[in-house]
Amino acid sequence: MRQVAIIGLGQTPVREHWEKGIRELAANAVLDALEDAGLHRVEALYVGNMLSGLLAGQENLGALIAETAGMAGIEAIKVEAACGSAAASFRQALLAVASGAVDSAVAVGVEKLTEMSGTATTAGLATAADSDYEASMGLSFVAINALLMQRYMYEFGYSKADFAPFAVNAHDNAKYNINAMFRYSVSMEQYTNAKVICDPINLLDSSPIADGAAAVVVVPLEHVGRYPGQAVLIEACEIGTDTISLDNRENPLQLKGVQRSAQKALKTSGKSHKDINIFEAHDAFSIMSALSLEASGFVEFGHGLKWAAKMNIGPGGDLPMSTFGGLKGRGHPVGATGLYQIVEGATQIRGTAPSEIQVPDARCAMMQNIGGSGANVTTTILGKL
Amino acid sequence: MDIPRTWRLRDQRYLLQGNQCEECGELYFPKVFICHKCRCRSLKDYQFSGRGTVYSYSTVYQAAPNFDAFVPYIVALIDLKEGPRVTAQLSDISPGEVEIGMPVEMVVRKISEDGERGVINYGYKFRPPIPLEE
Repeated sequence: MRQVAIIGLGQTPVREHWEKGIRELAANAVLDALEDAGLHRVEALYVGNMLSGLLAGQENLGALIAETAGMAGIEAIKVEAACGSAAASFRQALLAVASGAVDSAVAVGVEKLTEMSGTATTAGLATAADSDYEASMGLSFVAINALLMQRYMYEFGYSKADFAPFAVNAHDNAKYNINAMFRYSVSMEQYTNAKVICDPINLLDSSPIADGAAAVVVVPLEHVGRYPGQAVLIEACEIGTDTISLDNRENPLQLKGVQRSAQKALKTSGKSHKDINIFEAHDAFSIMSALSLEASGFVEFGHGLKWAAKMNIGPGGDLPMSTFGGLKGRGHPVGATGLYQIVEGATQIRGTAPSEIQVPDARCAMMQNIGGSGANVTTTILGKL
Repeated sequence: MDIPRTWRLRDQRYLLQGNQCEECGELYFPKVFICHKCRCRSLKDYQFSGRGTVYSYSTVYQAAPNFDAFVPYIVALIDLKEGPRVTAQLSDISPGEVEIGMPVEMVVRKISEDGERGVINYGYKFRPPIPLEE
């Protein structure tokens, strides 16, 4: 397999884009990524998306987005892995180029969640869970995460306030990201007093419903000299899965899908935990930050919150997290999120992040995109050339 | 909610029926098609007692459309005494009274309504056990 690099980045701001549909959002991100790379077209397009069929009545996104981006005729398909769709589509682009099947590809993640009312979106998001045994029993996606958080607090004796550092850090960083949805800080008091959605998860534990699209252009490493775009090396991108429902896991607090995906990515890249300068976790809910840190092997099981409390996760800390705001602060347009993470990680490695959130000497970034409650996990490692 | 699904899952929903591996004896809820322990494909129906304890719980204040009328309601993970863990709502109890580890028993209750003209879906919920009368 050939080594592959990212040479172009594109993203739309994460917002409630009432005036734009799926095709505009995706095409904007794709065209920005192509322009950044210095290419007019690519040989293949992989579209990450979760809910276009349910919310917009639109499938067949491969052909739709290829056409809208002015590349009708190329190989183009949609890839779905719930909230992990975007990073899963990135892996398909990587494999297509690495295998030698194509010499250039775009992965774009796109989601348009505001197409329907909030409750319809809640029902849509619940399709990431087991429809027969979780969603149809009345469990929203938030409720499933709340079950994890409640048990975690019980087993390790944490209080609600102990989870605050994740949300506080995410919002602090989002302030400096012009593409972020929430560009303001939140205090400890605001965190602990926020409106409860599914006890113990409150509004400030939860990433917001949002629209957006993010894209990257990938080419073989040996071709990067042909294009003006600043190249970032893809060290690894690996998928691991777990049972779809929590109840079939021996210990639901240990995210085996995360563990499998992170271990595979570290092995493929030949990196160890101490080589990783940045960890973009799938912080859809505060509890996922803690469980992901632990399952990825950065901290011991049960120690995620103690570790975060020391504010090791800020841009100058031992392991900066959510450097552009994460899912919490930047926003979580579900099927697009994994590519926002990858665009942000690549920006950090290029050294072109806003100075307040640029991680000093960023050489190696790990991004983790999760579909379902830890069921389908893609871990990507990017490195400096 | 779709009628074929309700019909297909009737034994699980109304009877808490799972299955058991004929080779190694492992118990499953919901039913599996291959034993995850020994990969045996020969499994027989197994009737769970419906008794268990609360592994975790949450009170839902914001729900999907067909559950909107029921908020706030309590959801939980239940460890059945035979082993498997089940995701279900709790019934006959208020949010402040739930504790991890408390014993519960299965009952059949209304789960959701599919609008004014749709079907009413029934299925298992769990409640604090009521002692049998003498």
